[in-house]
Amino acid sequence: MNDPSTNSPKPKIVVDRLNAWFKTAHVLHDVTLSIPALSVTAIIGPSGCGKSTFLRCLNRMHELTPGARAEGTLRLDGQDLLARGVDAVHLRRRVGMVFQRPNPFPTMSIFDNVASGLRLNGIGGDHQAIVERCLRHAALWDEVKDRLKGAPSSLSGGQQQRLCIARALAVEPEVLLMDEPASALDPIATAKIEDLIHELRQRYTIAIVTHNMQQAARVSDTTAFFYMGELVEAGATEQIFTNPRVQRTEDYVTGKFG
Amino acid sequence: MMRLHLRNAVNVAATIACGATVLIAMAPLASVLWLVVSRGAAGLSLDFFTHLPTPVGEPGGGVGNAIAGTAYLVGLACLFGLPVGIGAGVYLAERGDGRLGHAIRFTAEVLSGVPSIVIGIVAYGLLVVPMRRFSALAGGIALAILMVPMLARTTEELVRLVPRSLREASLALGVHEWKTSLSVVLRTALGGIVTAVLLAISRAAGETAPLLFTALNNQYWNAKPDQPTASLTVQIYNYAISPYEDWHQKAWTAALVLLLLVGSLNLAARLFTRGRLRDAR
Repeated sequence: MNDPSTNSPKPKIVVDRLNAWFKTAHVLHDVTLSIPALSVTAIIGPSGCGKSTFLRCLNRMHELTPGARAEGTLRLDGQDLLARGVDAVHLRRRVGMVFQRPNPFPTMSIFDNVASGLRLNGIGGDHQAIVERCLRHAALWDEVKDRLKGAPSSLSGGQQQRLCIARALAVEPEVLLMDEPASALDPIATAKIEDLIHELRQRYTIAIVTHNMQQAARVSDTTAFFYMGELVEAGATEQIFTNPRVQRTEDYVTGKFG
Repeated sequence: MMRLHLRNAVNVAATIACGATVLIAMAPLASVLWLVVSRGAAGLSLDFFTHLPTPVGEPGGGVGNAIAGTAYLVGLACLFGLPVGIGAGVYLAERGDGRLGHAIRFTAEVLSGVPSIVIGIVAYGLLVVPMRRFSALAGGIALAILMVPMLARTTEELVRLVPRSLREASLALGVHEWKTSLSVVLRTALGGIVTAVLLAISRAAGETAPLLFTALNNQYWNAKPDQPTASLTVQIYNYAISPYEDWHQKAWTAALVLLLLVGSLNLAARLFTRGRLRDAR
C-alpha cells in the first residue's frame, strides 16, 4: 500500500475541480481526486461535509434531487461524464450504488430482487445463473438458496444489505459506490460486509463513504478526507491514518473533532 | 373514599355516554340494512337476477338487464377513468410540485366536490346532445368523471408513501425514470391502489344522478355502447316513483341487490388491505 498513484497507474475515475450545489447552497468546492481501479477508496469526514454528495455525483444521482446541479469534469476511463450527450441512465449501469439503509424491493422475491436490474433494463441471458453468481459474490447464496421465492423482508438487515449488493452486481457494473453501507447494521453484519468488500475489490472499483474511521482503515487502500465541502487530503489509507500531511486530517482521524 | 366513589361513578357514566353515541351513530346503518333486507328479501329469486323486467301487473320478471347494465357502465367508467385517474395520480406524486401539478391538484379537488347531477348534465351536453341519443357511453363517461379526481388524489398519496430509497435503488441500477415509476413505484403502491379502485367502483355503481339523462334506462338487454342502458340505480328510481305496489316490491329487492353488490366490493377492498398489512408485518 504505497502511494496510490504508483500502485495503480490507470485511475478508474478522475475528478477535476468538481463543484456541486443544492439550489443556492454550494456543497462541493473544487474537488480534485483520482479513484484507482480495482481498489477500495474510502471517503471520510464529519456529517454534512459533502462526502455523500460527492459519491452521488459519481453516478449522477446527485442531479436527480430537484434544484441540484454539478459542474467540473468527471472522467470514467477517460470519458467525461458531465459532458452534454452523456446518458446518465446508461452510466448508472456501469457505476452501481449501495445505499445506507438496505432497500430491497418489498414486492419482489429475493430472486426477483437480484434479477430486477436485468428485467427492468430488458437485459436477456441466463437469469438463473446470473442470480446465483451474484448471490455467491455477495456471500449470501448459502443463506438464501432454499428460499429464493421468499420475501426480502424475511431476511435480517445485514442479509438485506448483501441482497442489495447482489442486486447491484447483477447489471455488471465496473464501479461500486457504497454510501455508508454498514451504518444501519450490527457489528457482526458489518464485519460480513467488510469481508465482502475485500472480496469485491478484486473485480470492482469501489468507493465507500463511511463515518467509521476504523472501517475506513480496515477496508480501504486509499482514503480521502472531506471537510466543509472541500477535499482536505487524499492518499494511501496507511499514510492518512498514521502520517497525515494536514493538521485537520490528523485532528479528525485521531478523534479530536467529528 | 368519597372522591374515589365519585371518580368511579363519573367513569361509568362517561363509558355509558360514549357507548350510547356509538349506538346512535350505528342506528341509521342498522335501520337501512334492516329495512332493505326485510322488505327486499321477499322478492329475491334466481329469476330476479336473470330475467328482464315485466310490465305492471305481470308477475315474475327481474332486473337482470339492470345488473348487467350497471356492470357494463362501471366497466366503461373503469376503461376511461382508471388510466386517467391513476396516471394523473402518478404524475402528481412524481412531478406534481410545479405549476401544472398545482393546477391539476386544484382541479381535482374542485371536481371531487362537484355534485354528481352536475356531472350528469355535463355528460348530457357533451355527448348525449351531439350524438342525439342517450347511450351507455355517455353514462360510462359521466361515471368516469366522478372516479377520476378521487382516484388521482388517492393514487398520489399512495405513490408518495413509497419510500424514496426504492426509486433511488431502481435508478441506480440504470433503469429509466418512466420504467422506475411504473415497475417499481407503482408496483409497490399497487395494493393500496387496488383498494382505491374497488372503492371508486362501488361508489360509481351506487350513483343515480349522472345516469338519469345519460344512460337513461332500457327495458331490454343492451351491449351496444351507443344505446341507452339499464342500471340498477335508475331502475330502483323508476320502480320507486311508480304508483304500483308490485314495482315498489321490486324497488326494494333491487335495492337489496345493489346493497349486496356494493357491500361485497367494500368488504373485498377491506379484506385485501388487511391481507396486505399482514404480509408487510
